[in-house]
Amino acid sequence: MSNSIIFCDAGLTAENLRVIIGEKCSLVRDITLGQYVPEKSLIHRMDARAKILLLLMILVFIFVCRNFISLVTISLFSLVIILMTRISIVKYLKSLKAVFVIVIFTGILNLFYGSGDVLWQWQFLKITWGGINNAIFTAVRISVMVMVSSVLTYTTSPTDLTDGLERIMKPLKIFRVRVHEIAMMMTIALRFIPVLLEETDKIMNAQKARGADMENGNILRRVKALVPVLIPLLVSSFRRAGDLAMAMECRCYNGGKGRTRMKIMHFSLTDLFAAIISFLIFGAVIYFNMAYPDVV
Amino acid sequence: MSVIRAENIRFTYGKGTSLEKTALDDVSFEINEGEFVGIIGHTGSGKSTLIQLLNGLLRPTEGKIYLNGRDIWEKPKKIREIRFKVGMVFQYPEYQLFEETVYKDIAFGPGNMGLDEEEIDRRVRSAAEFTGIDEKQLECSPFELSGGEKRRAAIAGVIAMDPDVLILDEPTAGLDPLGRDALLCRIADYHKIRNNTVLLVSHSMEDIARTADRILVMSHGKKMMFDTTKNVFSKGGELERAGLRVPQITKIMQLLRKEGIDVDPTVLTVEQGLNEILSVLGNTPQSLCN
Repeated sequence: MSNSIIFCDAGLTAENLRVIIGEKCSLVRDITLGQYVPEKSLIHRMDARAKILLLLMILVFIFVCRNFISLVTISLFSLVIILMTRISIVKYLKSLKAVFVIVIFTGILNLFYGSGDVLWQWQFLKITWGGINNAIFTAVRISVMVMVSSVLTYTTSPTDLTDGLERIMKPLKIFRVRVHEIAMMMTIALRFIPVLLEETDKIMNAQKARGADMENGNILRRVKALVPVLIPLLVSSFRRAGDLAMAMECRCYNGGKGRTRMKIMHFSLTDLFAAIISFLIFGAVIYFNMAYPDVV
Repeated sequence: MSVIRAENIRFTYGKGTSLEKTALDDVSFEINEGEFVGIIGHTGSGKSTLIQLLNGLLRPTEGKIYLNGRDIWEKPKKIREIRFKVGMVFQYPEYQLFEETVYKDIAFGPGNMGLDEEEIDRRVRSAAEFTGIDEKQLECSPFELSGGEKRRAAIAGVIAMDPDVLILDEPTAGLDPLGRDALLCRIADYHKIRNNTVLLVSHSMEDIARTADRILVMSHGKKMMFDTTKNVFSKGGELERAGLRVPQITKIMQLLRKEGIDVDPTVLTVEQGLNEILSVLGNTPQSLCN
């Protein structure tokens, strides 16, 4: 563990993160955390602000969809975006793993909540064509939402992401929201995730070497077994936070006032085109919504 | 009799992924009971992986490790027993302290072993004595201690398990010279009194030269040498190629010998070096310690 803390603006690339997670943390090897995947694609090159805003709108319009035609339109649009990122589709499908249960659960729930001709009935449970439609509709909707959200985190480095958020939230300053501080905290939190993971692994090993048993026993015993890991972790986090604050102050950090940036964000033609295309699609969604009957 | 025997062990991180990396490649050795073995090697040479394999925190990808003649992974469910027998002090062990009092923290290991109160008490007190922690400190919170004291408390926590083999990973890192010497002396004393096996990983050739009977030199995941301290440090050239060096005093003696002065080039400690030079100058040997 180093005593000096390097406060690194571009510290968290997926590459070093994967190295840290892959090599050091046997416990947490399977978690994808820092999700940024460096590639050279149009989507990667887009301005973070544009990506955040357009993504938010896509999410909204996925919810606006009321029938299959508009849903298919926006899903195809999302698929094109996903393919354009040049990141393997498998990776996107993996991001679905976390919400798989939710998708199935809501799907099944919707299955029994339709109206129309009854296809199958058991006591109060009945399946109808409407129910089947509903189930497919919500499942697709949630899946597309999750996958398209991954585009943002896969194609934007955490620093760009927080920078972008900071710029977007700037108007909130009128309401005395400390936008810069929030963004800085997010950056730092992201930056230290791999460090904390590594540390957790180290402490766990040290306690295991003293006979701590973390794999066996019931829930209560396992929770208890975490105490010897969590306390040292907490203590070292505070120590590290203190060190970091000191290091930042030594470099005359005093909040966002008058702070200039190494990378200045600017909208480009790509962003403009992306916006135009997105708005066309959104328009189409609204049109299809009105032109065809609702499913839900 | 050998207490630890490693047979063709190989260890690969991230097996089957794109980040596959072999940390240990076909390493075999035997460590005898009661030996003090130093382990040296450049950063990334596989030392840390090796010691984690020895107490069952990692499982070798290939090969076997025997403790007192038995394969440690014979019953994977019983791997905790191995960890009690092969005590491991990690780098910067003070960061593992967590209990309310130093006493309770040292008792964590023995408590996990399922010993009775009396035995735990006896072990805690004897471990505290070995590491130089006094009665009063035992009742303190471990977070009130100084850095060096915390380190000793953490080491006591492992010693209290009374392991057959004690592994220490850079126990002196970050300590001041006095603290360093004191800690090394305590470890050496512990080794002498308990007469168990100690493995010391260190980047300090001086520390190793002072304490170890034999040295295991690791380089790029392979065993490069495993020989007596004198023999290893007489091969300065080879060590330097592995990113290591011989202790300063040994280097001086080797240079003096090159200049044609008849001194023993395998001297390992400053005291021996002083006596060598004095005897060449025709004076009687004396002791540094008054």
